[in-house]
Amino acid sequence: MRLGLMAVPLAFFALFFAYPVAAIVGRGLKDGGQWQLGRLGAVLTDPDIVHVLWFTVWQAAASTGLTLLIALPGAYVFARFDFPGKQLLRAVVAVPFVLPTVVVGSAFLALVGRGGLLDELWGLRLDTSVWAILLAHVFFNYAVVVRTVGGLWGQLDPRQEEAARVLGAGRFAAWRKVTLPALGPAVAAAALMVFLFTFTSFGVVQILGGPTFSTLEVEIYRQTADFLDLPTAAVLTMIQFAAVLGVLGLHAWTVRRRETALRLVDASQATRRPRGRGQWALLWGNLLIITVLLVGPLIVLVERSFAGPDGYGTIFYDSLRSAASADSTFAVAPLDALWNSLAYGAAATLIALVIGGLAAAALTLPRLRRSPSGRTPVVNRFVRGFDALLMLPLGVSAVTVGFGFLITLDKPPLDLRASWWLVPLAQALVGVPFVVRTMLPVLKAVDGRLREAAAVLGASPWRVWREVDLPMVRRAVLIAAGFAFAVSLGEFGATVFIARPDHPTLPVAVARLLGRAGELNYGQAMALSTILMVVCAGALLILERIRINHPGEF
Amino acid sequence: MSTTSRITAAALAAAVGMTTLAACGGSGGASADDKTVTLVSHDSFAVSKSVLAAFEKESGYKVNFVKGGDAGKAVNQAILSKDNPQGDVFFGIDNTLLSRGLNAGLFTPYKAKGLDNVPAALQLDKGRHRVTPLDYGDICVNYDRAYFTKHKLAPPTTLDDLTKPQYKNLLVTENSATSSPGLAFQLATIAKYGNAGWQNYWKKLKANGVEVVDGWEQAYNDRFSGSAAGAGKGDKPLVVSYASSPPAEVLGKKPAPKEAPTGVATGTCFRQIEFGGLLKGAKNEKGGKALLDFLLSKKFQEDEPLNMFVNPARKDAKVPTLFTKYGTKIDKPTTLPPETITKNREQWIKQWSSLVLK
Repeated sequence: MRLGLMAVPLAFFALFFAYPVAAIVGRGLKDGGQWQLGRLGAVLTDPDIVHVLWFTVWQAAASTGLTLLIALPGAYVFARFDFPGKQLLRAVVAVPFVLPTVVVGSAFLALVGRGGLLDELWGLRLDTSVWAILLAHVFFNYAVVVRTVGGLWGQLDPRQEEAARVLGAGRFAAWRKVTLPALGPAVAAAALMVFLFTFTSFGVVQILGGPTFSTLEVEIYRQTADFLDLPTAAVLTMIQFAAVLGVLGLHAWTVRRRETALRLVDASQATRRPRGRGQWALLWGNLLIITVLLVGPLIVLVERSFAGPDGYGTIFYDSLRSAASADSTFAVAPLDALWNSLAYGAAATLIALVIGGLAAAALTLPRLRRSPSGRTPVVNRFVRGFDALLMLPLGVSAVTVGFGFLITLDKPPLDLRASWWLVPLAQALVGVPFVVRTMLPVLKAVDGRLREAAAVLGASPWRVWREVDLPMVRRAVLIAAGFAFAVSLGEFGATVFIARPDHPTLPVAVARLLGRAGELNYGQAMALSTILMVVCAGALLILERIRINHPGEF
Repeated sequence: MSTTSRITAAALAAAVGMTTLAACGGSGGASADDKTVTLVSHDSFAVSKSVLAAFEKESGYKVNFVKGGDAGKAVNQAILSKDNPQGDVFFGIDNTLLSRGLNAGLFTPYKAKGLDNVPAALQLDKGRHRVTPLDYGDICVNYDRAYFTKHKLAPPTTLDDLTKPQYKNLLVTENSATSSPGLAFQLATIAKYGNAGWQNYWKKLKANGVEVVDGWEQAYNDRFSGSAAGAGKGDKPLVVSYASSPPAEVLGKKPAPKEAPTGVATGTCFRQIEFGGLLKGAKNEKGGKALLDFLLSKKFQEDEPLNMFVNPARKDAKVPTLFTKYGTKIDKPTTLPPETITKNREQWIKQWSSLVLK
């Protein structure tokens, strides 16, 4: 049964990830019909590459640490407190996630760069420093922590912690002994995703770090797309693979056996208005951080989209609207780009939910017992490998996947190169890990005895899933869908290679506009970005509101 | 057991279903019939819809577009997929990448109609006609007029000027390794000072405070004080950009100003020529030839400037007033033979990186 559930995700990954990536790496390593293994040594001993690798790893680790430090209190606030505008704010913090890096880079420069707000107020400049990179990474990934950790935290029964306190534990001790272990897997999953995202960071490093900072991702991109030096790119991709596998191994090792059945309650039972000075301070502190770090750059974008040549106005929006009737094929009608983005997003979300949902279900099935000789059954190892496989796309360069698609998916029966479906398929590759990671902690927290009881009482596996699992994971599914949708809306790396020019997405249209001189183009880019922001926030708000009639008893 | 196998069967069916679904969606691929013709290009390709419609009506072909990122990426993608090309005609391989494409055997020779109207200087594949020159442009240092008027300083005009003390800390350029205007500017210095002298020039430029950012967008939109983007908060009055950037700054301004807010240092330019060609293995060769003829036709050539901000390759193509009024004609741009560029490209970029970035 497990294998049955795994068949679809496995086929999906084999076809749309493993095959293209293996083909492009293989072509590089076998350049000119000869295995170029000598390259491996040459690249690995290049001091420049070693430097790049070191920087890539430490900035990713530092970004992950900083993001957790700043976002975990945020996750707590969202999980436990009720306050006006909470749903709107939860959608707003996810907006950075979908914005194109070129746009965000520009907004960040306006705040922390030369002539920026900080510079004018205090003479403080952070551009071309590593701080700008780290802060931008927090900006992008804040929502990842708040949503993955907060999703579970909001459903943890607060009475357990309260019980510990009644029994004499201090506030911190109760949190450390009761809540933290329960949250462990979710925190680890969030950390893993932030790490992988920042490990493959591309635009942020280029724009805010300047040319002196370079990551492995930037190098792979340059070697593939600019130099067409496939052997070197292949070696770098393999290094990237090795590093990502190492991180996945570390993650698997830390969370093993930590995932246990938890007492879950409905999120509404776990939240209340903050009480006492300490809790209010915590709430306000977090709101301040969100305002400065997340909303600040967004406001800059909105401001610029209205700052026309003759003072504030809607000139850029008006000119966007007239693009629909313009004669040039350069002009992208915003409604068309919006429609393309939404259609791709809906398709990618659906694919990611089906693939990710099946994978998560397969991973939750009870493990086979160890054999009397103490050896781990092969199946279990296979399952662990499968778990890691699902995460790999987050750690592999978009350019590798894009160029891989180009040379593999070009023949019948899989002549997808110019197909509309290629875009949502590529976007779903990045969406699936989010779906799996948000659903797994909740699915694993479901007490297996509930399922067994249902089965004993005669329920079919489908009915067990529908009556036991689904009600509990419904919230996780919605969060996962939100993620997959946001990933798709904002995905740029692979999309720019494969999106058909007659179907540009919003980020692709923004990048086109930014690539041209002139106030009008820049203003339109800002206006389109603002539209992208509003659409993203709106879509997430709607998703949050979908609450199919509550069973009420869990 | 029966439920287990049922779920397995359903899962497999779903997988097969999705694959076929995906495969069916793929029918819109490269022109399989002889009534469509597919143009492969970089991101910046654009044409007036009316001009395109006229061609489609006259020739009876429907034009499909495939775009592959910026110029370098589009060429590399074409090389990677040359055994099974994505279309029939390629637009936009420039002189810095030309040899790479020709060496890879991307193109089938075809002499497009109207080639006689293209100046000889642009015809870099003369006699063999594997590629056809379609447009050109210049990468030059742009300056912010307001800054130089305010400081009562004459703007620089030559590469030598840029190393002078009065222009200290004023120039921002792009990383040669990641940006094509950045590379073109480096090539301008190599063309001017030769293999022996360009590194020395860059040492002087570095000592004079040149700043390097990764992409044109950051240099022009965020750092250049002359661009209206970013509310004019940029702090550098000199930037490496295009000779056509000043007209673009005027676009959409009402009322039209007397002159563009920015100018071009005419002695700092490198010429970029863009070519098109019939892809080897094109499924619709006849249509491809017609499309190439169209790209060199007067109608398309006169449509190019306002769509792509480049100059037409044909001598007899009229240039719009926006260009004649606000643009600057570059009479003596620098240039380098494409073979030399392809041969030395990687090494030059490496040398430049270790010299300027470290």
